[in-house]
Amino acid sequence: MSTIAGARERAAEPATRPPTAVPGEPAPREKAGALLRRRWRPLLLAAVVVVWLVLWAVLKGTQTLELGGAEKTGVHLWLNSLRDAFDAARTNSAFFEYVVQPITDGINGLVTFLQNLFSQAPAGRPVPQVGWLGVVVLLAWVTFAFAGLRSMLLVAASVLLFGFFGYWQQSLDTLIVTFVAVGLCTVLGLPLGIWMARSRRASTAITPVLDLMQTLPSFAYLAPLALVFGIGPAAAIITTIIYALPPLVRITEHGIRNVSPTTLEAVTSMGGTAWQTLTKVQLPMSRRTIVVGINQSTMAALSMATIAALINGPGLGQPVLQALQSLDVGSAFVSGLAIVLMAIMLDRTTTAASERSSIAARVQRGGGALRGPRRRRLVVVAGAVIAAIAIYLSHSYLTLAQFPASPNLGSPLATAVSTIVQWIVTTFAGFTGWLKDTVTALLVNPLESLLAQSPWWVLAFVLLGVALALGGLRAAAITVVCEAVILGTGLWNESMKTLATTLVATLLVVLVALVIGVWMGRNKLADSVIRPILDAFQTIPSFVYLVPALALFGPTRFTAIVAAFAYGVPIATKLVADGIRGVSPVTVEASESMGTTSWQMVSKVQLPMSRAAVVLAANQGLLYVLSMVVVGGLVGGGGLGYLVVSGFSQSQLFGKGLAAGIAITALGVMLDRITQHTAARLGRA
Amino acid sequence: MKKWIEICGGLEKRTKKKAFAAVVLTAVLGLTACGGGDISSASNGGGSSAKCGAFNVAVNPWVGYEADAYVVGTVAKAKLGCTVNYKTLKEEVSWQGFGSGEVDAVLENWGHPELVDKYIKQQKTAVDAGPTGNTGVIGWYVPPWMAKKYPDIADSKNLNKYADMFKTSESGAQGQLLDGDPSYVTNDEALVKNLGLNFKVVYAGSEPALIQAFRQAEQNHTPLIGYFYEPQWFLNEVPLAKVNLPAYTDGCDADAAKVACDYPKYDLNKIVSTKFANSGSPAYNLVKNFKWTNEDQNAVAGYIAKDNMSPDAAAQKWIDANADKVAAWLK
Repeated sequence: MSTIAGARERAAEPATRPPTAVPGEPAPREKAGALLRRRWRPLLLAAVVVVWLVLWAVLKGTQTLELGGAEKTGVHLWLNSLRDAFDAARTNSAFFEYVVQPITDGINGLVTFLQNLFSQAPAGRPVPQVGWLGVVVLLAWVTFAFAGLRSMLLVAASVLLFGFFGYWQQSLDTLIVTFVAVGLCTVLGLPLGIWMARSRRASTAITPVLDLMQTLPSFAYLAPLALVFGIGPAAAIITTIIYALPPLVRITEHGIRNVSPTTLEAVTSMGGTAWQTLTKVQLPMSRRTIVVGINQSTMAALSMATIAALINGPGLGQPVLQALQSLDVGSAFVSGLAIVLMAIMLDRTTTAASERSSIAARVQRGGGALRGPRRRRLVVVAGAVIAAIAIYLSHSYLTLAQFPASPNLGSPLATAVSTIVQWIVTTFAGFTGWLKDTVTALLVNPLESLLAQSPWWVLAFVLLGVALALGGLRAAAITVVCEAVILGTGLWNESMKTLATTLVATLLVVLVALVIGVWMGRNKLADSVIRPILDAFQTIPSFVYLVPALALFGPTRFTAIVAAFAYGVPIATKLVADGIRGVSPVTVEASESMGTTSWQMVSKVQLPMSRAAVVLAANQGLLYVLSMVVVGGLVGGGGLGYLVVSGFSQSQLFGKGLAAGIAITALGVMLDRITQHTAARLGRA
Repeated sequence: MKKWIEICGGLEKRTKKKAFAAVVLTAVLGLTACGGGDISSASNGGGSSAKCGAFNVAVNPWVGYEADAYVVGTVAKAKLGCTVNYKTLKEEVSWQGFGSGEVDAVLENWGHPELVDKYIKQQKTAVDAGPTGNTGVIGWYVPPWMAKKYPDIADSKNLNKYADMFKTSESGAQGQLLDGDPSYVTNDEALVKNLGLNFKVVYAGSEPALIQAFRQAEQNHTPLIGYFYEPQWFLNEVPLAKVNLPAYTDGCDADAAKVACDYPKYDLNKIVSTKFANSGSPAYNLVKNFKWTNEDQNAVAGYIAKDNMSPDAAAQKWIDANADKVAAWLK
């Protein structure tokens, strides 16, 4: 289960990238004021909090920059008019005719071609060209050839399960869309990553764009995207690429940059050209990292399946959304489970393929054909023949083409899930109601009041002070920029409300991640049991558990916090667990020999030694929580999330929705940089 | 059939390993294939699709709309031989598709004056195709148990009396008015203010959130007041009671900030692309003639949402039971 984990950890890459430079601690020059100099961070933090509380008590409710539900600022109207101008220019613009249209047609053509082959009946045939048997055998054969026997069994079983769940066609559509999107990501992302690795300037210029691509909620630009690329697979695939490209680019850059400098020097001294260095040394040596990047890109692409369905993107997202409309928890779960299954299948297979390819490369370099490979090659050839026959048969015979209607595992599973959820809801509704009220009264309301009811300028200075104390000068500089952007969007008050729920959710995530993560880090068995559950929660579309969450907690901010919590906990927990496990065994043994208790071991040795990992976990937890703001808006979270959703739904609110999306991005970048710089500082200390 | 026998036989002649593969393959085939029909002999479905061609129906994301779309789509497919493409889209995106020809028809439109203005009046890519026969009602609703227990709650003048009851974790000291299917414009913030109500508008954020809230409120007899609308399949499950706001009069909602009256009733209508209207497609005629009642729609929507039928099957069930209505659309 390790790679989905590894995968996701890097999915929100901004966090794992250490900042390029960090301000040094002021060196004490004289004894007087040395304490102040050494301890200026906690002192500053305390001062900021005290001043904040005083000002809040005095000025509460004034200059909060609140904006009514239907009110719009000039920026929002300007964004609306921009969209309208765009819409008007579309019909008679050379750019659209000669650039956008060919891209759209090309992608649509490719997807339709693949769909006619595998998933949807072309004109003149009742079924696709290749039937289910052909698809199963073909996929099994391809997997065997590239990833080996175990992966082949996994793929065959998963693909058959898609069919037995009743989502044969949708699953294949999702596979096709993912395949095309990741293919395009690779074509675009590899050169981009290479360029960024070779040029610092390119890296600095492109990184913020990648941040934007990953943090701007897709709801905010879905409608205009459909305007540009039409309604169909092309728009869905472009949306997917926007979200799936950044991890690939970042990991490629990272992989190439990390090729040992001595090796590079050796190549240069031998007179290798830049091209030779790249193709003969850098690319081969970073091959495994690049495959991890492709793997990450695949996972990100799959997580867009539900969103893409909103603009008629084909695939498993459609049944998820449809089930959500009629609050059919069971069906939503089954289609969500198919997505989880596909994620696991693709993750394991690409990982196995990358491991095999690096082994194969080594064997090849070793020279001398071994007996194993030759035998394998024979089996592969035989498999090709079988696949060809299966394809032919499934092309010609209806029973082999149409996936059998029975056994139908989907309906019984859906019914069972609905029943279980119903039982949980009726049994625990009282307790969950109490929990919601308590957390809201003790945590959410006070924090929201502090953040959203303070005058804006007070809070702007507070955030700046916190950034300076925790992260240093660079973090503070970025905070200023982000604050300016949020002010510019005209949604300061909503942003602070969102910040409040985000912070509460992150706090809960970190607490739970610490408890479970420490347990997993110290206990192998716990790890192997919990990890798959965490993986499932990371890949299942959140739309699946929204309805049960609503039933338990009602449409409230707390429900939004719960949804974000469910998505943020897995990543943070895994990072904590990895951090704990990473503590040097020598240290652990040494303290054990000194007779420390388990509690002392955790609190005095393991946690302090993995504090950088813990801060990284907080950072990732925070970013994951933030990426759920829009989903939270769907279940009563209010704030920016609701604005983004309504901007997507009502054309006159488009500008406001986009502005809210930008504000989310600004919040994300600000919080990310503060925690990143803090983590870097703690890592060095 | 001859070819396939050759393959089955031919495989057995191969070498050992391949023979093993062949055994596996034959086993698979034995289980499933040998009873299979030949595809070239299988019927082609659709019938004469030449006349109608492709018919692109937008499917907006609520169950009532799905009922409209699949009933019209199923009739177009079966009776007119159209190739029907259902496209799941939000309202605004559907209207965008009229110009590019990716969408032919929107089958349940709730007013949307800004879209009418942009696409019918300015761009002229869309035209009105007449009413669906459904009447859209928007307003404030309470669960049935409350209407029974507090009969005078049906008048918005009495709402302040009950405000305390509606307090939640989200509304603080005021009563909660649950709003927020984000797809639709609401005047509720202005209404609360202008009617002097001690309520706070809380945004649920989506239709499932609203429905789930009302469902729980009726089940557990907890107080709830919120924004809702008909026709809606959920009203067949829990018949919510409407709260009367001051009656709607023409133009009373002209200034959004000063609204103090109920929402107007909407005659839901169909919108088609100009190209489609002029194409002479028999499907356009069908869309134009399509008309049914709120009960009809709720029946089909109920099949889908409550009985978990597929939209296709639900539409077929209703069509089979209402042959006379369908016949009238095809004239």
